[in-house]
Amino acid sequence: MSASLEVRGLVKEYVRGKRVLDGISLAFAATGLTAIIGASGTGKSTLLRCVNRLVEPTSGEIHFGGRDIAHLKGRDLREARREIGMVFQEYNLVERLTVMENLLSGRLGYVHALKAWLRKFPQADIDRAFDLLDEVGLAGYATQRADALSGGQRQRVGIARAVMQRPKLLLADEPTSSLDPKTSVEIMSLMRDMGREHGIPVIVNMHDVELAKRFADRIVGMAGGTVVYDGGAEGLTDNVLKSIYGGESWLT
Amino acid sequence: MSATAPVATRVWQRFTPRERFRRFVIYLVMVVAIVQSARMVEIIPEFLYDAPQQVQDLLTRMWPIAWSHYPEGVHEALVETIHIASLGTILSILMAVPVGLMAANNVVPNRTVNYLAKLILVSSRSVNSLIWALLFVAVFGPGALAGTLAIAFRSVGFVGKLFGEALEEANRGTIEALEASGAPWFSRLLWGYWPQVKPAFWSIALFRWDINVRESAVLGLVGAGGIGMALDTAMNLFQWPRVAMVLFAIFAVVVIAEIVVTQIRKRIL
Repeated sequence: MSASLEVRGLVKEYVRGKRVLDGISLAFAATGLTAIIGASGTGKSTLLRCVNRLVEPTSGEIHFGGRDIAHLKGRDLREARREIGMVFQEYNLVERLTVMENLLSGRLGYVHALKAWLRKFPQADIDRAFDLLDEVGLAGYATQRADALSGGQRQRVGIARAVMQRPKLLLADEPTSSLDPKTSVEIMSLMRDMGREHGIPVIVNMHDVELAKRFADRIVGMAGGTVVYDGGAEGLTDNVLKSIYGGESWLT
Repeated sequence: MSATAPVATRVWQRFTPRERFRRFVIYLVMVVAIVQSARMVEIIPEFLYDAPQQVQDLLTRMWPIAWSHYPEGVHEALVETIHIASLGTILSILMAVPVGLMAANNVVPNRTVNYLAKLILVSSRSVNSLIWALLFVAVFGPGALAGTLAIAFRSVGFVGKLFGEALEEANRGTIEALEASGAPWFSRLLWGYWPQVKPAFWSIALFRWDINVRESAVLGLVGAGGIGMALDTAMNLFQWPRVAMVLFAIFAVVVIAEIVVTQIRKRIL
C-alpha cells in the first residue's frame, strides 16, 4: 500500500496542556474512501484541518506529496494546499458569486491574482468546470448565483469546486451534517464516485455510523483525541461503538 | 417524593443586587450630568423669553424669498458645492480603502498594523470638517480645493471605519475555503471578501456622499468654496431674502440627494 497521506504523532493543543489530538498516527492509501467517526468534540475536525493547516498543529508530522506539510510556510504551503481539496459542512461557497465563479475559485491557487480578478481563466479550466457541473448533476446552473441554490445543490458545487483543484486528496468535514437523510446519501455517493472517477483518495468526517458503514472502505473511530478503531465496516461491533461514542442506551 | 412536602417559594429576579446597584449608579450619574451641564451653559432668561419674537422677526425679513437671486448668485455656488461633495467623497474612498483593509484584523492579521490604521481613522474623524477646512484654507488659500480636501480628509475616518467593520463581519468560512484551495492573499481579497462587502461598501459610499452634500454647504462659511460662501456674503450684508433663497437651495439639494441615494441603494442592494 503506497500511502498518499501519512500523519505521524500529530498533537494539537488549543489550550496549553489540553490535548485535542493526542499523538495521532495514521496512513491513508492512494484510493478509497475513509470515514472518520466519533462524537462531537473528539478532534475529528481538528485532525482534518491540521492536514491542510487551517489549524496549526502543535507538533507531529504530516507527509503528503513528498513533503512535511506541518512545517511549510508561505508559497510552499499554498502549493501544498492547492493539491488538497476540501468540502465543508456549511458549504462555504462565495454566496454572491455565480456557480461557475465558485467552481473557478478552485483554480485560484493556480491562476495569477490579476487574471483571476479579470475572470480570465484558461479555456481548459472553463471546460473542466462545465464537465464537472455535468458530473455533479448541475448542468445548466453555471450562471445561477450560489445563494439561490438549495443545501444539497450547494454541497454539489462545493464538491465540484474541490475537484476543480485537481487535488491528490479530498477532505470533507461533516459534508452531510446540514442536509436531510436523502440528500446526505446522494452527497455521500457523489463523494465516493468522484473519488473513484478522478482517482482521488477521500477522507470524510462524519458522525452518522450507518452512512459511514454504507460508503466507507475504511472506518477510523476516534475518541478523546486518539484512534480507538481502524478497520472495515464489519468490525464495528456494539462494543467498538461503545468505545467510540461511550454509553450504550443509544444502541438498539 | 411526597406530594404534601412543603416547597419553598422559588424566587426569580431579573437583576442581581449588584446589577441593581450598578444601574442605580448609572442613573445617578446621568441626572448629575444633566443638572451640572444646565448650570454650566448659563441660560440668560431674557434672551430665552423673546426668542419667539426674534424668530418671527427673522422670518418676516426673509419673506419674500429672492428667487431672482438664484441664477446670478446661487446656481454656480450650488454646483460647486455638489462638485466638492462628490470629488471629496471619491478622494476619501481612494484613501479609505487601503486604511480600512489595514484596520480589519481578519484581512491583515497584524495587531500593530490594525492599531496604526485605527489611529489614522480616529484622527480623521476627531477633527470636524470645518476645522479641516480652516487648515486647508490656510495651506491652499480660500476656494473649492480646500473644501474638497476638507471633505475628503474628514470622510476617510468614516468610510474607512465602516468598511473595515464590514470586512471583519465577512463570513469566515468562505475565506477559509479559498485559503484551503491555496488562493493567494490578493485572490482571497477579491474573491472572498469583496463579493461579501460589496453591498456594504456602496451603501457606505452613498451614505457618505449624502452627508458630504450637507457638510460642503457649510464649508463656505470659513472660505472653503461652495454655497456656504454665498450664504456668508448674504448674511454679512443683512440681505435676508437672499439668505432665504440660499437656505432653500440647500434644502432642495439635500432632499434631492436623499431621493437619489435611496433610489440607487434600492437598485444595487
